[in-house]
Amino acid sequence: MTLLEAPPVTGAPTTPRWRAAGRVAARVGAPGTAVVYLSLLVLIPLAALSVAAFHGGWSAFWAGVRDPESWAALKLTVLSALVVVVVNTIAGTAIAWVLVRDQFVGKRVVASLVDLPFALPTIVAGLTLLTLYGPNSPFHLDAAGTRFGVWIALAFVTLPFSVRAVQPVLSELERDAEDAASSLGARSPTVFRRIVLPSLAPAMLSGAMLAFARAMGEYGSLVFISGDRPFATEVASLRIFGLYENGQNNQAAAVSLALLSLSLVVLLLGGVLRRRLTRPEFG
Amino acid sequence: MRRLLRRFGLRTAVLAYLALLVIVPVGSIVYRAFAPGLGTAWHDLANPSGATSAGFFHALILTLLVAGIAVPLNAVFGVVAAVVLARHRFPGARLLDAAIDLPVAVSPVVVGLALVLVYGRAGWFGGWLAARGIQVIFSIPGIVMGSAFVSIPYVARAVLPVLQEIGTDQEQAAATLGASPWQIFWRVTLPSIRWGLAYGVTLTTARVLGEFGALSVLSGNVVGHTQTLTLYVGYLFEGNLDTVGAEVGAVILAVLALSVLGVLSLAGREKGSRSWLSRFARSPRGSRTSSLSTTSP
Repeated sequence: MTLLEAPPVTGAPTTPRWRAAGRVAARVGAPGTAVVYLSLLVLIPLAALSVAAFHGGWSAFWAGVRDPESWAALKLTVLSALVVVVVNTIAGTAIAWVLVRDQFVGKRVVASLVDLPFALPTIVAGLTLLTLYGPNSPFHLDAAGTRFGVWIALAFVTLPFSVRAVQPVLSELERDAEDAASSLGARSPTVFRRIVLPSLAPAMLSGAMLAFARAMGEYGSLVFISGDRPFATEVASLRIFGLYENGQNNQAAAVSLALLSLSLVVLLLGGVLRRRLTRPEFG
Repeated sequence: MRRLLRRFGLRTAVLAYLALLVIVPVGSIVYRAFAPGLGTAWHDLANPSGATSAGFFHALILTLLVAGIAVPLNAVFGVVAAVVLARHRFPGARLLDAAIDLPVAVSPVVVGLALVLVYGRAGWFGGWLAARGIQVIFSIPGIVMGSAFVSIPYVARAVLPVLQEIGTDQEQAAATLGASPWQIFWRVTLPSIRWGLAYGVTLTTARVLGEFGALSVLSGNVVGHTQTLTLYVGYLFEGNLDTVGAEVGAVILAVLALSVLGVLSLAGREKGSRSWLSRFARSPRGSRTSSLSTTSP
């Protein structure tokens, strides 16, 4: 059956010898090429980063991380990422809910605008937010150089992750269980908490993890709105850039490695938690 | 009545959040850039106080050049990686799978620093490269590498689920009819993944055009030499050289981003209403073995 459906393959027949050579090339060459490309671009540079971070041993690494300004930057980064992820997970789920369950004029436009922060270059996002929440704010809401400004920028860039992780799961969710629960007398908040939320939780967690990783490393949108004030609004990526500009590459590498490890640990823990939350399918 | 109130309340709250965070800021920058008139805006962009218009046009051309190199490289890598992960079993497949996602978790500034530590003058390969007269960092190769690093995952993640979904029936049929692996790829595999590929290439392009943090580290920011469009906009704004010019540059980048969104929603409609993120959030790692075992003859 599948043979009949297969598209016709034309062209010169190849000799068995060539075919064997091609098969070997495909088997070894393709994975090899992929691994070499990934190594040259990603893996070797990250290895060099780790080596530079530990140039001078564990104590040098720890001294780099515990440098007062770097430590403050790392703490601010983790705190800001947590704040923004919590806000955006709630807001993102609400937005996904409205986009899936609600009907109103202009919904399609709103739906595609949710992706805008992903497509917009981060420097443009930063400038854009600065015109509205900066010194010339039309609302007289000057958040430039404050932590609130940092949070606005991070909320902007992480919004698509929080919405788009939940939306497909919500739109595939059967409404039978919800209808059954409300026909048995459950009020809407109860239905949401007992029926909808457990099904959405793994997706919300995936979105939160991606948003957290993104927020931890964000740079472009924060350059201008944060004001880059040490001990106040300087996040880790800005601190790393500052150290690099001063030629302190090894300290910069130490802070980078700490930041990267934090993101990876959160992603790993999130993956484990998500597997726990994913309930087995019925039937 | 309460139901109605809640529904309208939620809708209003959601739209207000989106308006404050996304719609009003983007609208205001477009308005402010073009309020003095298009001619002035163009003039400001091409002639920021002191610098010549060459700076802007050079940045535009460099951005297109970098995208023209980095996007095809990552498209080829993404397709190869996806085919390898979907169709071959080899030791380390899981590691390759995980490593493809790694760039998502790395800060752009860290990307830049890591590349400097390998390809910079004092880096691991720096001496070898310098001896051959190749400059990578503060030059175009470094900018291409930084752009390629940050945009690695998108093509592979868009193509892999499509490959797993279509299975291997048609490829095996082609093989029994005497097609070489190369013919199978060009005539069977590639046509069936073309929408996934288009989707991934669009995401990659958006990421490459918009990269800023990694390039701040890698480019050296020399006007008219290693400045891409994003760096040029940041440079104009930071030096307080010309905020209107910076805003017009920002609007040009925003228009590029909007056209990317248009392509995304078209490509998304073509292949069902799956969103781009669902590929990451529900990357079906567990299903690989099952799709292989069920399609064996």
